[in-house]
Amino acid sequence: MTVKVFIPRDTTALALGADQVASQLEAQVQARGGSVQIIRNGSRGLFWLEPLVEVDTDQGRVAYGPVTASDLPALLEAGMLRGAQDHPLCQGLTEEIPYLKNQQRLTFARAGITDPLSIDDYRAHGGFKGLDQALKRSPQAIVDEVKASGLRGRGGAAFPTGIKWQTVLDAQGTLENDQKYIVCNADEGDSGTFADRLVMEADPYMLIEGMCIAGLAVGATQGYIYLRSEYPVAHQILNDAIQQAQAAGYLGDDVRGSGQRFQLEVRLGAGAYICGEETSLLESLEGKRGLVRAKPPLPALVGLFGQPTVVNNVLSLAAVPYILAEGGQRYANFGMGRSRGTLAFQLAGNIDRGGLVELAFGTTLQSLMHDYGNGTASGRAMRAVQVGGPLGAYLPESQWDTPLDYEAFSAMGAVLGHGGVVVFDDSVDMAQQARFAMEFCVEESCGKCTPCRIGSTRGVEVIDRIIKQDNLDSDLALLNDLCDTLEDGSLCAMGGMTPNPVRSALNYFPEDFLPEQPASEQCLTGENDHA
Amino acid sequence: MSGISDTDRTAIIERVDQLKQQPGALLPILHAIQDQFGYIPAAALPIIAQALQQTRAEIQGVISFYHHFRTQPPGRNRLQICRAEACQARGARALEQHAQAKLGIGYHQTTPDREYSLEPVYCLGNCACGPTLRIDDEIIGRVDPERFDQLLDQLATRPLELK
Repeated sequence: MTVKVFIPRDTTALALGADQVASQLEAQVQARGGSVQIIRNGSRGLFWLEPLVEVDTDQGRVAYGPVTASDLPALLEAGMLRGAQDHPLCQGLTEEIPYLKNQQRLTFARAGITDPLSIDDYRAHGGFKGLDQALKRSPQAIVDEVKASGLRGRGGAAFPTGIKWQTVLDAQGTLENDQKYIVCNADEGDSGTFADRLVMEADPYMLIEGMCIAGLAVGATQGYIYLRSEYPVAHQILNDAIQQAQAAGYLGDDVRGSGQRFQLEVRLGAGAYICGEETSLLESLEGKRGLVRAKPPLPALVGLFGQPTVVNNVLSLAAVPYILAEGGQRYANFGMGRSRGTLAFQLAGNIDRGGLVELAFGTTLQSLMHDYGNGTASGRAMRAVQVGGPLGAYLPESQWDTPLDYEAFSAMGAVLGHGGVVVFDDSVDMAQQARFAMEFCVEESCGKCTPCRIGSTRGVEVIDRIIKQDNLDSDLALLNDLCDTLEDGSLCAMGGMTPNPVRSALNYFPEDFLPEQPASEQCLTGENDHA
Repeated sequence: MSGISDTDRTAIIERVDQLKQQPGALLPILHAIQDQFGYIPAAALPIIAQALQQTRAEIQGVISFYHHFRTQPPGRNRLQICRAEACQARGARALEQHAQAKLGIGYHQTTPDREYSLEPVYCLGNCACGPTLRIDDEIIGRVDPERFDQLLDQLATRPLELK
């Protein structure tokens, strides 16, 4: 009998040898006179167990991980293909692994279960139900359902998705040109984030479905996925998925026989972090330098090629099929306060069990990093956590009990951003991290606003002088002043939020800047100064 | 102008003609040329500029804005080291230093034998299993200095592709 075995084709799984495991497994089983059917699924997002090999059994899938090619002879000997559990790498039934079982997976419900390119698999697991619903409704009814869900943009700015869609629905084109666009922001540049990538690699039809629903809702017939060039695996999978969705009638001139049109295309970025900012992204899609635009006009009214445009993050669009299939209220039942639904937290950096954790808003960093993350990978004490990407604050242990929701984080001058949680152990030098934040801004500033373009270079210099302690008091005052200028004088979050990591590093970890004297009096003032 | 062969020039003209009608065609055109040649030859600029009815300066401005586009041929193996925070937390700073010392080059440089080019990259999305290295289109996780040396040995013993 042929046994079904699942080995992910996700970037992280591949980065840890999944291809070798797959080819070796096939060869070794054949050499033993058996046969296996290897399915290259998406990842479950339990990255510390990758490559995670799952064997289909009568009881469900049995997981083994992390498996390297050299583990295979012993695993086969131990009866892996029967789902035998007496091997140290056996994790038991996949669905019973606490890391996975304790999550509230709405968006990532299918991740790792299906073959990402199989439309039959997708449908069998509830796929395209949202689109079926949307095709029965008026554009306004679709927008109302999204509003009822309370969904807020998952890219970082947390703007209510339904209101953005309403603006585009209400926008009137001109007589000559009434084209509207759906643009998916898949320029997931924040370090410590991989949730968009996981959607695109594990469940691409969910994104396609979400974009198609958005098109029906606002009257847009053309969609673009702006994907970063650093994601070659996602690029391949998305292109294949779009081709197949087109062939099966889910995209094209006549979506599911409804007479409605929606075309979709992937456009590749070119290694510019700033193109994750929506107006810079639009410039880039138009074939220009990714210079940030002043707002207003809002992209919803004057967006791509001057036309009304929805620009949404991958996770926002990926949440839409569930909302249409199950109802906005069902989605809104998760979460706390004004942060409704679930957020995909991404445990990264120096963490023992890194991966994707989808939970309703309201859990704490402490719980994420210990209950899920199991402490640091190095075994040393945790010292700092950067939440929300390179523009997010570095938080010390005293802040780790704050509930993870947009308002609570905003109240302490931090951001949830795209849900990235990057853990550092006690070997970290926070002065170097502050310096890097400025250095990153030097590299990635689009150059439009002077404080960001020039101020970041001055920021690196002044932090270097602070580290050398040439003229400490005046340099600290200068840095504070520079941070104010960046915050007040930049059009977008690149300049406006680069001070977050810098100020939080100084405020919470002053001893790293001032090794030779008591540091308590030397804090900078600013929005992160919570004391 | 860097000399390219007539065959290459014809290939560029053909690619540009295929793509120029799409809305916002410039990035797709630049990607197509770099995918084929490994960089954007200077001789491609006037061809692109004419096809898109833009100035050469505008095309040059776009090329120089994006880290991804190169104007010089890279080495046979293009190595990118992730410099971003999640990889830093796992030792990327040590990996950067090691790689630069081992190869004897800095970022944006190519070894004299034209075997290796080294570039920084800010996140490859493998943030739970860093430090991360990209060799051409292959992404590799948990790369410490020792693993880096092993990978380099494998590249050195890889048979040359005959073209």
